[in-house]
Amino acid sequence: MSTILSRSLYSLGAGLSWPERPLDGQGLRALYPRRTWAILLGGYALLAILVPLLNLAVPASSAFHFPDHAVALGGKILCYATVALAMDLVWGYAGILSLGHGLFFALGGYAMGMYLMRAIGTDGVYGSTLPDFMVFLDWKQLPWYWAGSDRFLQQAALAVLAPALLAFVFGWFAFRSRIRGVYFSIITQALTFAFMLLFFRNQTGFGGNNGFTDFKRILGFPLASPRTRAALFALSLTLLFAALVGCRMLVRSKFGRVLTAIRDAEDRVRFCGYDPVGFKLFVWTLSAAICGLAGALYVPQVGIINPSEMSPANSVEIAIWVAVGGRGTLLGPVLGAALINGAKSWLTVAAPEAWLFALGLLFIVVTRWLPNGVLGLFRREAK
Amino acid sequence: MTVSVLAALTVALALDAGVLDKIARGSQPEREEALAALVATGDPGSARVLRALLEGRLHAAPEGAVLIERDGAFSDALSGASVPPTDDLEKVTINNRLRRSLQRALLGLEMSAPEPERRLEAARALLQAPDTDLLPAVEAALQRESDSRVREALLTTQGMLALSAPESNRRLAAIAQLERVPGAITKRLLADRLAVESDPAVRTALERAVLGVEASLRRADRAGLVFSGISLGSVLLLAALGLAVTFGLMGVINMAHGELLMVGAYATWMVQLAFRRWSPAWLDWYLAVAVPASFIAAALIGALLEVTVVRKLYGRPLETLLATFGASLLLMQGVRSAFGAQNVEVANPGWMSGGITVLAGLVLPWNRIVILLFCSLVLLMVWMLLSRTRLGLLVRAVTQNRQRAGGLGVPTPRVDLVAFALGSGIAGLGGCALSQIGNVGPEMGQGFIVDSFMVVVLGGVGQLAGTITAALGLGLANKMLEPVAGAVLAKIVVLAFIILFIQRRPQGLFALRGRAADE
Amino acid sequence: MPKVRKPTAFTWLALLCATLAGALPARAAETIKVGILHSLSGTMAISETSLKDVALMTIEEINAKGGVLGKKLEPVVVDPASNWPLFAEKARQLLTQDKVAAVFGCWTSVSRKSVLPVFEELNGLLFYPVQYEGEELSQNVFYTGAAPNQQAIPAVEYLMSKEGGGAKRFFLLGTDYVYPRTTNKILRAFLKVKGIPESDIAETYTPFGHNDYQTIVAQIKAFGAGGHTAVVSTINGDSNVPFYKELGNQGLKATDIPVVAFSVGEEELRGIDTKPLVGHLAAWNYFMSLKNKNNAAFIKMWKAYVKKNKLPGGDSRVTNDPMEATYVGMHMWAQAVQKAGSTKVDDVRKAMAGQTFAAPSGFTLKMDETNHHLWKPVYIGEVQGDGQFDVVWKTGTAIRAQPWSPFIAGNEKRAER
Repeated sequence: MSTILSRSLYSLGAGLSWPERPLDGQGLRALYPRRTWAILLGGYALLAILVPLLNLAVPASSAFHFPDHAVALGGKILCYATVALAMDLVWGYAGILSLGHGLFFALGGYAMGMYLMRAIGTDGVYGSTLPDFMVFLDWKQLPWYWAGSDRFLQQAALAVLAPALLAFVFGWFAFRSRIRGVYFSIITQALTFAFMLLFFRNQTGFGGNNGFTDFKRILGFPLASPRTRAALFALSLTLLFAALVGCRMLVRSKFGRVLTAIRDAEDRVRFCGYDPVGFKLFVWTLSAAICGLAGALYVPQVGIINPSEMSPANSVEIAIWVAVGGRGTLLGPVLGAALINGAKSWLTVAAPEAWLFALGLLFIVVTRWLPNGVLGLFRREAK
Repeated sequence: MTVSVLAALTVALALDAGVLDKIARGSQPEREEALAALVATGDPGSARVLRALLEGRLHAAPEGAVLIERDGAFSDALSGASVPPTDDLEKVTINNRLRRSLQRALLGLEMSAPEPERRLEAARALLQAPDTDLLPAVEAALQRESDSRVREALLTTQGMLALSAPESNRRLAAIAQLERVPGAITKRLLADRLAVESDPAVRTALERAVLGVEASLRRADRAGLVFSGISLGSVLLLAALGLAVTFGLMGVINMAHGELLMVGAYATWMVQLAFRRWSPAWLDWYLAVAVPASFIAAALIGALLEVTVVRKLYGRPLETLLATFGASLLLMQGVRSAFGAQNVEVANPGWMSGGITVLAGLVLPWNRIVILLFCSLVLLMVWMLLSRTRLGLLVRAVTQNRQRAGGLGVPTPRVDLVAFALGSGIAGLGGCALSQIGNVGPEMGQGFIVDSFMVVVLGGVGQLAGTITAALGLGLANKMLEPVAGAVLAKIVVLAFIILFIQRRPQGLFALRGRAADE
Repeated sequence: MPKVRKPTAFTWLALLCATLAGALPARAAETIKVGILHSLSGTMAISETSLKDVALMTIEEINAKGGVLGKKLEPVVVDPASNWPLFAEKARQLLTQDKVAAVFGCWTSVSRKSVLPVFEELNGLLFYPVQYEGEELSQNVFYTGAAPNQQAIPAVEYLMSKEGGGAKRFFLLGTDYVYPRTTNKILRAFLKVKGIPESDIAETYTPFGHNDYQTIVAQIKAFGAGGHTAVVSTINGDSNVPFYKELGNQGLKATDIPVVAFSVGEEELRGIDTKPLVGHLAAWNYFMSLKNKNNAAFIKMWKAYVKKNKLPGGDSRVTNDPMEATYVGMHMWAQAVQKAGSTKVDDVRKAMAGQTFAAPSGFTLKMDETNHHLWKPVYIGEVQGDGQFDVVWKTGTAIRAQPWSPFIAGNEKRAER
């Protein structure tokens, strides 16, 4: 029994990791070997169908019922996995260690949060058309930057555009000045810290320390209903899958090759005639946009967004998800994010006082002994 | 005169059981009355009781004698005879109002003390809270006062109180006196008087005086701003100096830097605890041991970090960053588990408490002045170490060109270890200083980490001058903006400025290397 | 066939376990489970760890007396790590997976607001023990901490009284978040009613974790030159230490400008040298220094518990208002369950109305029949050199809470006041 288990686990692992070499075939088939595609598509279909089914159709008393809180937890982890994926794009493939990616995630979340706050309508505590926190701040009308925030499409677009725009501007200045390495990481920390302070201010108009909370519905569907939760779960899964395939297409293309060349030897690439700024800027902005989308899906599932999502420590944790999973592999970070957040949810119940020890040790162990992360272990095997 | 004769007659009877009973067990108005009566006597015996009451050393059981406690021994308040304490003894409590009257009362008694220093203290204290009730006492004291400084202070108080005198020449004299000692209180008094003054000559004098006092206050304000900026700069410098040394040397941003600050602060706390337990008489000098202790403790932990983590990740600065972040989590949780999640109390030694009044109402706290001096001392030490010793020479060589230095026979791993330990030790010193002005808790390092990074990144690598300029500049900028924009916006503006500045000049203010940061 | 390496199999197994952990069914109930939702790590750990300890102590006490409905209480402790989304997640887990009968937890308003939708959706019961800004009334929460009219307003009244110094000018200083902002709003309206002009009120906010109060203290000094000034401080947590240190060192004594704080209790004073702070005030519904039979027993039990479990801090551990509120809340809940004969939330809710308990604060506290808040007494205490408080004023009876402050526009329409 145990050999069957370990062998199947091993095949699963081997199927998700293989030595990178040119693959035959055009288009989508060229992205992954067949076994991998099978696992990916199978996994996607399985989770997308089974989880909602086991949650909605199976009664709560049965042992097969997929619990409600696990749906919300799963959706949250999927959003985190998407962020890890976006991070891997800039770190694993472009060599840019950003310690402020949580900012883009949070901005997307805030954009969606604005819509959700407006969607509360007059069901809030004060029964006013203004969000509760504005009522108690004695504001009489919505500030200009809240205009049109009751339109779902506008806010969804903003969830992508706002982080992307910020990333574009910041990246344009930073990459042009050729800031690299640790310096770049530090100023991304400063950026997210500054925004965190800004959003903590009540006068900024984003709810201050309380943030946005007490959501009631999205697009008319009540957030507290299991169906909405299951749908959001499926959507997060779809986003992750689409991002995975999309990023894979990008890195397997010629663009991707130049990108990894930039990661490994930027000056040489420049001397070859390519302008690294354009490449880096593109992935940087794309990565921010993906984070924003993930944030937008995260907020309705978690029910709250507040400035501590922008804290520097949060962003450093994103880097560790990628490092644990194995950077430069796209699938590795997904794994890393799932592992660490799963462990966090478990350890903060089972051994609350030991959680930070475990996390700290994990940082050290992974960077010291597992430079290629968990997936890297498999890769060594497969060779 | 008659009043004081009567009062003198009642001296012998004033401090008796009845009065004591009222003070210890009476209702609020009764206590105030009894206290007022006691104060009027000027009896040194009552001073003893009043002081005990002020310091919380007066005890009384629901019935029976009122006792004074001194160093654990109880004595009767009236006779002074030693009395064993009973079980139902309770401390006689006072509130702010009583405390205020008690302090004033004791001040009044101090004004007739034999030593001029004590009289000067009392007179200066009176200036802070001029009370019309005390005018007769002030004038009486003036009549018999000989010391010139005390006279000056008393004249000022008299001036404050005489502003509303009926004779206009007395008022003019008062204004002249007040102009010589500008302060927020004088300004208010002058402005209040201006609102009701009718005599035109006095009015002009008042207006001129008000303008003069306001100018002085503005000067004091600006001076205060500059001082607070420099003080903040010195704090930032102490916090960031260690990081600058290690970053300049190895290009490694040590995310556990904040925790090294914390280690230094906790070491200070433990030294203080040890002093409290084993030699409380020397408690005021615990810093003499705490400073080297915090240096050593932080240096050891830094060395440990270098050997186990940083060294193995040589050449991979980004991984080092992450690994040291993990180390910071371990340190934080370790301290939390060992000492609890709560903050611990680190007290300023006596000579560091309080402040010195320099200008009109500008008080410079002693602890900040000491930290400024300490910071300069540390800077001097580091500079001398780096420029005058062989180790410093090696460190500079490795900072400038690691490869070539190694080629010349410099043992780079050992230099790394020593320099990292040095940087960590400096961080420990920073933590020791920070414990004197802020919190000491497991999370204290987190508050300084972003600021330290900013100083290092802004100042540029390899030169002390950069770090100093950046720290002082950021401190001053922050403090200049704060009254205008509020604490939050000031910080945000400063951060935004740094981000933009780095875009234009990535190597920082004073850079050793010519180009942008290359690995 | 290449040898399968142990670490990889373990990793996969761990992944599997982490995701399947959710599907484990709950154990059969011979005990009544009680959830404890307090941060044991992160920024709030300083304040909340003691609440977890006191909750566990109370459960032990109740179990020693035979438990509730003949069954023992079983605590389920989780650590939301000062992370607000994690609070909601843990709350959901406690209610659906562990199936706890009631949850005792939360400290910051953010954490409470993030778990509120969960409790309302799943019809759970939360006992919230911390003083807060009011403006909330949920059928699924019982608030055992003070509402502003049970803390802020009596404190300012005391300051304005002759005994408190006859303050006429007020400097409202707080950390920038909802509790200080709402409290100051209420205080402004209250002061206006009392005839204090706008020019005699100043309001400033500092960010969380702010540690350089030089400018602020200078502003207080300048404002205080007008005489008869008092500072009302809603500064939160860590920032109190640098604030008081700066105050003391710049020579601002309590006899000149008294500072009354609403978030500084015995626990916060443990980390400060209190000698320069003697005379500054705090307003709470309970102080450790209160002398009465219930408090003596409570403190004795606490100290024994600390010793037995070797909690860090040992002898220097103190009791404070939120700890007392947790203690009272737990006992009231146990009484309500006993009265209702079941742990079903709707039954317990009905049985909670009117519950009374002889609290360590020296009064018999009552849970109001309609507004889910406790009737609480108010104490004003002065800081002493040993970190304890001397009570200088107290209300004669317990005061009814007004969660919807009449001083905030729009609350006049509310039925339950």
